[in-house]
Amino acid sequence: MRKLFLPLTIVTAALFAYAPIAIANAPYESTMLLIQKIFYFHVPAWIAMYSALFVCGIASAIYLFKGRVEADRVAVAAGEIAVLFGLIGLVTGPLWGRKAWGVWWQWDARLTTALLLELILIAYLMVRKYGGPGSEKLAAGVALFGMVDSVFVYKSVDWWRTVHPKTSVVTSLGETAPAMMPAFALCAVAFVLLMTLLLMLRVKLAQQQATLNDMYLADEE
Amino acid sequence: MIRRAVIAFATFVLLAGPAAALQPPAGQAPAGQEGFVQIDELPKDQQLPAAPLLIAAYAFVWVALMAYLWSIWNRLGTVEAEMRSLEQRKRQRDGS
Repeated sequence: MRKLFLPLTIVTAALFAYAPIAIANAPYESTMLLIQKIFYFHVPAWIAMYSALFVCGIASAIYLFKGRVEADRVAVAAGEIAVLFGLIGLVTGPLWGRKAWGVWWQWDARLTTALLLELILIAYLMVRKYGGPGSEKLAAGVALFGMVDSVFVYKSVDWWRTVHPKTSVVTSLGETAPAMMPAFALCAVAFVLLMTLLLMLRVKLAQQQATLNDMYLADEE
Repeated sequence: MIRRAVIAFATFVLLAGPAAALQPPAGQAPAGQEGFVQIDELPKDQQLPAAPLLIAAYAFVWVALMAYLWSIWNRLGTVEAEMRSLEQRKRQRDGS
Protein backbone atom coordinates (compact mmCIF):
# COMPACT_ATOMS: atom_id res chain seq x y z
CA MET A 1 0.00 0.00 0.00
CA ARG A 2 2.79 2.39 0.94
CA LYS A 3 4.54 1.76 -2.39
CA LEU A 4 1.36 2.68 -4.25
CA PHE A 5 0.78 5.93 -2.37
CA LEU A 6 3.39 8.11 -4.12
CA PRO A 7 2.64 7.05 -7.73
CA LEU A 8 -1.09 7.41 -7.05
CA THR A 9 -0.54 10.89 -5.61
CA ILE A 10 1.44 11.96 -8.68
CA VAL A 11 -1.18 10.60 -11.11
CA THR A 12 -4.04 12.19 -9.14
CA ALA A 13 -2.26 15.56 -8.94
CA ALA A 14 -1.58 15.45 -12.70
CA LEU A 15 -5.23 14.66 -13.43
CA PHE A 16 -6.47 17.50 -11.22
CA ALA A 17 -3.93 19.88 -12.76
CA TYR A 18 -5.18 19.04 -16.25
CA ALA A 19 -8.88 18.99 -15.25
CA PRO A 20 -9.48 22.78 -15.64
CA ILE A 21 -8.07 22.66 -19.20
CA ALA A 22 -10.21 19.64 -20.12
CA ILE A 23 -13.31 21.27 -18.57
CA ALA A 24 -12.66 24.56 -20.38
CA ASN A 25 -12.22 22.72 -23.69
CA ALA A 26 -15.41 20.69 -23.26
CA PRO A 27 -18.34 22.12 -25.27
CA TYR A 28 -21.13 24.14 -23.65
CA GLU A 29 -24.44 22.41 -23.06
CA SER A 30 -26.95 24.18 -25.36
CA THR A 31 -29.52 25.26 -22.74
CA MET A 32 -27.55 25.65 -19.50
CA LEU A 33 -24.31 27.00 -20.98
CA LEU A 34 -21.60 27.94 -18.41
CA ILE A 35 -23.35 26.66 -15.24
CA GLN A 36 -23.43 23.10 -16.64
CA LYS A 37 -19.65 22.98 -16.10
CA ILE A 38 -20.40 22.19 -12.42
CA PHE A 39 -21.31 18.74 -13.79
CA TYR A 40 -17.59 17.85 -14.10
CA PHE A 41 -17.05 18.03 -10.32
CA HIS A 42 -20.62 17.41 -9.08
CA VAL A 43 -21.17 13.97 -10.64
CA PRO A 44 -17.62 12.66 -9.94
CA ALA A 45 -18.05 13.76 -6.30
CA TRP A 46 -21.14 11.54 -6.09
CA ILE A 47 -19.26 8.69 -7.82
CA ALA A 48 -16.52 9.03 -5.18
CA MET A 49 -19.20 9.17 -2.47
CA TYR A 50 -20.88 5.97 -3.69
CA SER A 51 -17.46 4.24 -3.97
CA ALA A 52 -16.56 5.21 -0.39
CA LEU A 53 -20.01 4.20 0.82
CA PHE A 54 -19.71 0.75 -0.77
CA VAL A 55 -16.25 0.29 0.77
CA CYS A 56 -17.76 1.31 4.13
CA GLY A 57 -20.75 -1.02 3.72
CA ILE A 58 -18.73 -4.06 2.60
CA ALA A 59 -16.08 -3.52 5.28
CA SER A 60 -18.87 -3.15 7.88
CA ALA A 61 -20.42 -6.44 6.71
CA ILE A 62 -17.03 -8.16 7.04
CA TYR A 63 -16.62 -6.73 10.55
CA LEU A 64 -20.16 -7.63 11.54
CA PHE A 65 -20.13 -11.22 10.27
CA LYS A 66 -16.42 -12.17 10.52
CA GLY A 67 -15.36 -9.90 13.38
CA ARG A 68 -12.23 -8.57 11.65
CA VAL A 69 -11.02 -5.41 13.39
CA GLU A 70 -9.03 -4.23 10.32
CA ALA A 71 -12.28 -4.18 8.32
CA ASP A 72 -13.83 -1.93 10.98
CA ARG A 73 -10.94 0.53 10.60
CA VAL A 74 -11.47 0.62 6.82
CA ALA A 75 -15.21 1.10 7.38
CA VAL A 76 -14.85 4.13 9.65
CA ALA A 77 -12.29 5.68 7.29
CA ALA A 78 -14.54 5.15 4.25
CA GLY A 79 -17.59 6.42 6.16
CA GLU A 80 -15.89 9.71 6.95
CA ILE A 81 -14.79 10.13 3.33
CA ALA A 82 -18.30 9.31 2.07
CA VAL A 83 -19.63 12.15 4.26
CA LEU A 84 -17.04 14.52 2.75
CA PHE A 85 -17.91 13.71 -0.88
CA GLY A 86 -21.63 13.67 -0.09
CA LEU A 87 -21.29 17.17 1.36
CA ILE A 88 -19.51 18.30 -1.82
CA GLY A 89 -22.35 16.85 -3.92
CA LEU A 90 -25.02 18.44 -1.73
CA VAL A 91 -23.40 21.90 -1.93
CA THR A 92 -22.47 21.94 -5.63
CA GLY A 93 -25.93 20.63 -6.64
CA PRO A 94 -27.95 23.60 -5.30
CA LEU A 95 -25.40 26.04 -6.79
CA TRP A 96 -26.15 24.46 -10.17
CA GLY A 97 -29.90 24.24 -9.47
CA ARG A 98 -30.16 27.94 -8.57
CA LYS A 99 -29.30 28.85 -12.14
CA ALA A 100 -30.73 25.84 -13.98
CA TRP A 101 -34.04 25.46 -12.04
CA GLY A 102 -34.35 28.91 -10.48
CA VAL A 103 -34.36 27.47 -6.93
CA TRP A 104 -31.65 26.44 -4.49
CA TRP A 105 -33.50 23.37 -3.27
CA GLN A 106 -36.54 21.30 -4.16
CA TRP A 107 -37.99 18.65 -1.83
CA ASP A 108 -38.18 16.07 -4.60
CA ALA A 109 -37.27 12.39 -4.49
CA ARG A 110 -33.58 12.66 -5.51
CA LEU A 111 -32.61 15.66 -3.44
CA THR A 112 -34.47 14.50 -0.35
CA THR A 113 -33.14 10.91 -0.47
CA ALA A 114 -29.60 12.21 -1.07
CA LEU A 115 -29.91 14.45 2.00
CA LEU A 116 -31.26 11.52 4.05
CA LEU A 117 -28.34 9.34 2.93
CA GLU A 118 -25.89 12.02 4.08
CA LEU A 119 -27.71 12.16 7.43
CA ILE A 120 -27.49 8.36 7.75
CA LEU A 121 -23.73 8.57 7.20
CA ILE A 122 -23.38 11.38 9.74
CA ALA A 123 -25.44 9.22 12.15
CA TYR A 124 -22.96 6.37 11.50
CA LEU A 125 -20.02 8.59 12.52
CA MET A 126 -21.88 9.96 15.54
CA VAL A 127 -22.78 6.45 16.78
CA ARG A 128 -19.10 5.52 16.50
CA LYS A 129 -17.90 8.64 18.27
CA TYR A 130 -20.45 8.94 21.06
CA GLY A 131 -21.99 5.44 21.24
CA GLY A 132 -19.57 4.17 23.87
CA PRO A 133 -18.08 0.65 24.08
CA GLY A 134 -19.53 -1.84 21.61
CA SER A 135 -21.03 0.83 19.38
CA GLU A 136 -18.89 -0.39 16.46
CA LYS A 137 -21.32 -3.23 15.73
CA LEU A 138 -24.35 -0.97 15.92
CA ALA A 139 -22.59 1.51 13.59
CA ALA A 140 -21.77 -1.32 11.17
CA GLY A 141 -25.49 -2.05 10.92
CA VAL A 142 -26.17 1.61 10.16
CA ALA A 143 -23.48 1.52 7.43
CA LEU A 144 -25.12 -1.53 5.82
CA PHE A 145 -28.46 0.28 5.91
CA GLY A 146 -26.80 3.31 4.24
CA MET A 147 -25.29 1.13 1.51
CA VAL A 148 -28.67 -0.40 0.67
CA ASP A 149 -30.30 3.05 0.80
CA SER A 150 -27.82 4.37 -1.78
CA VAL A 151 -29.47 2.17 -4.43
CA PHE A 152 -32.77 3.99 -3.83
CA VAL A 153 -31.00 7.37 -4.03
CA TYR A 154 -29.37 6.44 -7.34
CA LYS A 155 -32.54 5.03 -8.92
CA SER A 156 -34.90 7.67 -7.47
CA VAL A 157 -34.70 9.79 -10.63
CA ASP A 158 -35.80 6.84 -12.76
CA TRP A 159 -38.54 5.59 -10.40
CA TRP A 160 -40.16 8.92 -9.46
CA ARG A 161 -40.80 12.25 -11.17
CA THR A 162 -38.11 14.71 -10.07
CA VAL A 163 -36.58 17.96 -11.30
CA HIS A 164 -33.18 16.25 -11.26
CA PRO A 165 -31.85 14.76 -14.55
CA LYS A 166 -32.18 10.98 -14.94
CA THR A 167 -29.30 8.50 -14.59
CA SER A 168 -29.32 8.08 -18.39
CA VAL A 169 -27.76 11.58 -18.73
CA VAL A 170 -24.51 10.11 -17.41
CA THR A 171 -24.80 6.52 -18.63
CA SER A 172 -25.48 7.61 -22.24
CA LEU A 173 -23.13 10.61 -22.23
CA GLY A 174 -20.83 8.86 -24.73
CA GLU A 175 -23.67 8.78 -27.30
CA THR A 176 -25.52 12.04 -26.54
CA ALA A 177 -22.52 14.33 -25.94
CA PRO A 178 -19.30 12.46 -26.84
CA ALA A 179 -17.28 15.71 -26.76
CA MET A 180 -18.03 16.04 -23.03
CA MET A 181 -16.93 12.49 -22.29
CA PRO A 182 -13.10 12.97 -22.05
CA ALA A 183 -13.38 15.78 -19.46
CA PHE A 184 -16.01 13.87 -17.50
CA ALA A 185 -14.04 10.60 -17.53
CA LEU A 186 -10.88 12.43 -16.45
CA CYS A 187 -12.65 14.09 -13.52
CA ALA A 188 -14.38 10.84 -12.52
CA VAL A 189 -11.04 8.95 -12.45
CA ALA A 190 -9.38 11.84 -10.57
CA PHE A 191 -12.10 11.85 -7.89
CA VAL A 192 -12.02 8.07 -7.43
CA LEU A 193 -8.21 8.16 -7.12
CA LEU A 194 -8.44 11.03 -4.65
CA MET A 195 -10.99 9.04 -2.64
CA THR A 196 -8.55 6.09 -2.63
CA LEU A 197 -5.66 8.29 -1.44
CA LEU A 198 -7.75 9.87 1.32
CA LEU A 199 -8.90 6.39 2.33
CA MET A 200 -5.30 5.15 2.60
CA LEU A 201 -4.37 8.14 4.76
CA ARG A 202 -7.45 7.81 6.96
CA VAL A 203 -6.93 4.05 7.42
CA LYS A 204 -3.35 4.82 8.50
CA LEU A 205 -4.74 7.25 11.07
CA ALA A 206 -7.19 4.60 12.36
CA GLN A 207 -4.33 2.09 12.67
CA GLN A 208 -2.16 4.58 14.55
CA GLN A 209 -5.04 5.37 16.91
CA ALA A 210 -5.48 1.63 17.57
CA THR A 211 -1.74 1.26 18.24
CA LEU A 212 -1.85 4.21 20.64
CA ASN A 213 -4.79 2.66 22.51
CA ASP A 214 -2.84 -0.61 22.79
CA MET A 215 0.17 1.32 24.12
CA TYR A 216 -1.96 3.02 26.78
CA LEU A 217 -3.40 -0.36 27.83
CA ALA A 218 0.09 -1.87 28.03
CA ASP A 219 1.30 1.17 29.98
CA GLU A 220 -1.48 0.81 32.55
CA GLU A 221 -0.64 -2.86 33.08
CA MET B 1 -78.05 9.21 -40.32
CA ILE B 2 -78.62 12.43 -42.31
CA ARG B 3 -80.33 13.94 -39.27
CA ARG B 4 -77.29 13.16 -37.08
CA ALA B 5 -74.92 14.65 -39.67
CA VAL B 6 -77.01 17.86 -39.83
CA ILE B 7 -76.99 18.14 -36.00
CA ALA B 8 -73.22 17.61 -35.91
CA PHE B 9 -72.66 20.22 -38.63
CA ALA B 10 -74.96 22.75 -36.92
CA THR B 11 -73.20 22.20 -33.58
CA PHE B 12 -69.82 22.71 -35.24
CA VAL B 13 -70.98 25.97 -36.92
CA LEU B 14 -72.51 27.26 -33.69
CA LEU B 15 -69.40 26.51 -31.60
CA ALA B 16 -66.82 27.51 -34.20
CA GLY B 17 -67.73 31.20 -34.02
CA PRO B 18 -67.29 31.66 -30.22
CA ALA B 19 -64.22 29.38 -30.21
CA ALA B 20 -62.57 31.47 -32.93
CA ALA B 21 -63.47 34.66 -31.06
CA LEU B 22 -61.80 33.34 -27.88
CA GLN B 23 -58.47 32.70 -29.59
CA PRO B 24 -55.82 35.31 -28.80
CA PRO B 25 -54.64 37.38 -31.77
CA ALA B 26 -51.64 35.97 -33.65
CA GLY B 27 -48.33 36.70 -31.91
CA GLN B 28 -49.95 37.23 -28.52
CA ALA B 29 -49.35 34.80 -25.60
CA PRO B 30 -52.36 32.85 -24.20
CA ALA B 31 -54.08 34.23 -21.09
CA GLY B 32 -52.02 33.68 -17.95
CA GLN B 33 -48.76 33.52 -19.86
CA GLU B 34 -48.52 37.15 -20.93
CA GLY B 35 -45.50 37.80 -18.72
CA PHE B 36 -43.54 34.75 -19.85
CA VAL B 37 -40.15 35.56 -21.31
CA GLN B 38 -37.49 33.06 -22.29
CA ILE B 39 -34.61 33.24 -19.79
CA ASP B 40 -32.05 34.14 -22.46
CA GLU B 41 -34.35 36.93 -23.73
CA LEU B 42 -34.32 38.69 -20.35
CA PRO B 43 -32.45 41.99 -20.08
CA LYS B 44 -28.83 41.48 -19.02
CA ASP B 45 -29.37 43.10 -15.60
CA GLN B 46 -32.18 40.64 -14.80
CA GLN B 47 -30.29 37.49 -15.76
CA LEU B 48 -28.71 35.42 -12.96
CA PRO B 49 -24.97 35.27 -13.67
CA ALA B 50 -23.56 31.75 -13.88
CA ALA B 51 -19.88 32.56 -13.22
CA PRO B 52 -20.15 33.38 -9.45
CA LEU B 53 -22.15 30.17 -8.85
CA LEU B 54 -19.64 28.12 -10.85
CA ILE B 55 -16.68 29.67 -9.04
CA ALA B 56 -18.39 29.14 -5.67
CA ALA B 57 -18.96 25.45 -6.48
CA TYR B 58 -15.36 24.80 -7.51
CA ALA B 59 -14.00 26.86 -4.62
CA PHE B 60 -16.11 24.91 -2.12
CA VAL B 61 -14.81 21.59 -3.51
CA TRP B 62 -11.20 22.68 -3.02
CA VAL B 63 -11.74 24.25 0.39
CA ALA B 64 -13.59 21.13 1.65
CA LEU B 65 -10.90 18.78 0.32
CA MET B 66 -8.04 20.86 1.72
CA ALA B 67 -9.77 21.21 5.10
CA TYR B 68 -10.27 17.44 5.31
CA LEU B 69 -6.68 16.74 4.26
CA TRP B 70 -5.45 19.21 6.91
CA SER B 71 -7.69 17.51 9.50
CA ILE B 72 -6.17 14.08 8.72
CA TRP B 73 -2.57 15.43 8.92
CA ASN B 74 -3.40 17.23 12.15
CA ARG B 75 -4.94 14.14 13.79
CA LEU B 76 -2.11 11.94 12.51
CA GLY B 77 0.45 14.39 13.92
CA THR B 78 -1.30 14.47 17.32
CA VAL B 79 -1.47 10.65 17.55
CA GLU B 80 2.19 10.24 16.55
CA ALA B 81 3.30 12.92 19.03
CA GLU B 82 1.34 11.15 21.77
CA MET B 83 2.95 7.81 20.82
CA ARG B 84 6.43 9.36 20.99
CA SER B 85 5.75 10.93 24.37
CA LEU B 86 4.38 7.63 25.71
CA GLU B 87 7.47 5.76 24.47
CA GLN B 88 9.75 8.38 25.99
CA ARG B 89 7.92 8.15 29.31
CA LYS B 90 8.25 4.36 29.25
CA ARG B 91 11.97 4.57 28.46
CA GLN B 92 12.53 7.04 31.31
CA ARG B 93 10.61 4.80 33.69
CA ASP B 94 12.56 1.70 32.59
CA GLY B 95 15.86 3.59 32.98
CA SER B 96 15.15 4.86 36.49
